[in-house]
Amino acid sequence: MSLEIVVVHPDLLGTYGDGGNGVVLAQRARWRGIGAELVDATSGEPLPTGDLYCLGGGEDAAQTASAERLRDEGALERAVGRGAVVLAVCAGYQILGRSFTGADGRARSGVGLLDVRTVKGAGRRAVGELLAEPADDRLPLLTGFENHGGLTIRGPDAAPLAQVAAGVGNGDGTEGAVLGRVIGTYLHGPALARNPALADLLLSWATGRRLEPLDDVEEAALREERISAVRERRARHRVRHRVRYELGSS
Amino acid sequence: MSAGTLPVRTRVAVAATRAVNALSRHAGAGSGTVAGGNVGLALDPLLLERLAAGRPMALVSGTNGKTTTTRLLAVAIEGALGRAATNATGSNMPAGHVTALAATPQGAPAVLEVDEGYLPRLVASLGPRVVVLLNLSRDQLDRTSEVRMVANKWRRALSVSPATATVVNADDPLVAWAASGAASPVWVGAGLSWREDAVGCPSCEGRITFAAGEDGGWACACGFSRPRLGVRIEGDDVVLADGRRLRVALALPGRFNRANAVMAAAAAVVMGAGWEDAIRRIGEVDEVAGRFAVVGVAGCAARVMLAKNPAGWRELLDLVCPGERPVVVGINARVADGRDPSWLWDVPFERLRGRTVVATGERRRDLAVRLHYAGVPHRTVRDEVAAVRAAWMAGRGTTAAGARARCARSPHLAASVEGEVDFIGNYTAFTDLMARATRTGT
Repeated sequence: MSLEIVVVHPDLLGTYGDGGNGVVLAQRARWRGIGAELVDATSGEPLPTGDLYCLGGGEDAAQTASAERLRDEGALERAVGRGAVVLAVCAGYQILGRSFTGADGRARSGVGLLDVRTVKGAGRRAVGELLAEPADDRLPLLTGFENHGGLTIRGPDAAPLAQVAAGVGNGDGTEGAVLGRVIGTYLHGPALARNPALADLLLSWATGRRLEPLDDVEEAALREERISAVRERRARHRVRHRVRYELGSS
Repeated sequence: MSAGTLPVRTRVAVAATRAVNALSRHAGAGSGTVAGGNVGLALDPLLLERLAAGRPMALVSGTNGKTTTTRLLAVAIEGALGRAATNATGSNMPAGHVTALAATPQGAPAVLEVDEGYLPRLVASLGPRVVVLLNLSRDQLDRTSEVRMVANKWRRALSVSPATATVVNADDPLVAWAASGAASPVWVGAGLSWREDAVGCPSCEGRITFAAGEDGGWACACGFSRPRLGVRIEGDDVVLADGRRLRVALALPGRFNRANAVMAAAAAVVMGAGWEDAIRRIGEVDEVAGRFAVVGVAGCAARVMLAKNPAGWRELLDLVCPGERPVVVGINARVADGRDPSWLWDVPFERLRGRTVVATGERRRDLAVRLHYAGVPHRTVRDEVAAVRAAWMAGRGTTAAGARARCARSPHLAASVEGEVDFIGNYTAFTDLMARATRTGT
């Protein structure tokens, strides 16, 4: 088989290096002998058919433009209906929800693939390392860098992806949302480079098979460093509540 | 050093600025450009405006090329206007500006590099003769505003400054938008290799279409399009609106430095220099604040380069590829670098395949993962100097024969063959290495 991996609107949602998620998925498939094609789907063209879709972060005006395009086209919902896998990060995550706040402060309709809505947060932007304990206990700690001003409110049909251990995430102590094979998250880094187990979960959904482990030495070293950095900072700040740490076991 | 026309309070502030900077340099606390300026501004909040009064002044801003263009412009006007006050080390906020101005006679010309966020305020308060707008792209997203917001703020400030001329990179839609309400803009076709931040039309939120090729122009359906160029770059030449064609021979490498040079020359002409004189002077500059210099590191020669964001990295990878020298890449993520190195995934490191590559710096592990997925075999070495050494050792077989002996015997000789190792670092990785390197002479 060959996987078609679509990076959605990199011209609009490519601000934070999240295009790297597509690269990570394609390489991890290829390293296992699974063919993978990476397609950059710019906003001017129809969204191609794919097995996996990645949406990244973007600025306010670009986010609104991308959401309108996806809503009008309907191709992403149809793909999900066929069983496609979606990873949406930051602005992309907000787009997949029911509504989000545009640059002008007005609420905009999202694609509605996740039962969440995002409003402007009252305080400062959430900028910094984000560490979260995943709801799916097959996954190790999730690590990344968040940079957003949104407060994301989950509806009854949106299970959280994880519980926040350090950082802000959705704003209510949870991070991200999952519905079926659609995942939304605030993790940049890009997310899959820092969380290869999450990449493999998406790949196993898309291929329908169990995947043999890879030799993730570099990823493990990066995870250990970032998780330790968060822990040391918290220790310095004498934050009381305890966090479970898990170093590098991906 | 005549500060005689200034109020007493200002003279005290100038003296304090100089004294604190001198102390800071002697104490080895830094390059002595920020602490004094801050003290001076505390003593006289209007110090910058007072020191700026009566000077022919140019401000240079943009995401990439600020420091280089500032230096080239200061050099270019030296014949016509004399030695300029300038913040040569890239301290590009008001404290650095105060230090630069306080170190020169009142009335001397000034060429100041300005942080993108401070530009609107300084255009309004200093009333510069010319502002140079280079480009705008993503940089340090964890602490700076979105580039579109910056462009809009520039536009508002420039549209109410009729006495300020602008020299504008017309190939970048965002800066063209910023200058679209400005008085007498000089539109320069300075190129734009990174278009990912420019496809959204700043005028209507539609999409900008770029014509194929390097110099094809751009347009949006709403009618906003590349302005008619007053200055074009054709190969090694610059072509002016009146049809004059001048050869631009530079000691600095790379397409982007040619663009910086032409922008600087165009601004020098606005300030009163002649084109020929400006270009001749610019051509003699062979390094800028250490960038592109060949320095001695652990006994071997390294050509050192600074790249801070995806646009800058793309330009430098164009410069070092193809090639066979080992490449050391240094990545930090301190506040001055931006704390989120996710942008590493916007850089086409795939181009380093086949080279000897060493990853170093505090965020070498982020880089190592990026290189791993780019299919670039590499080593990671924690210490920057050790990394340069390791790269040189590993690359001995692939660089010119006898490289080791040359390096060991004479760094000057090594410098004459343009260095044995290419080092590219982001901001603090670059400055850390430079602090530990020795100049090999020119």
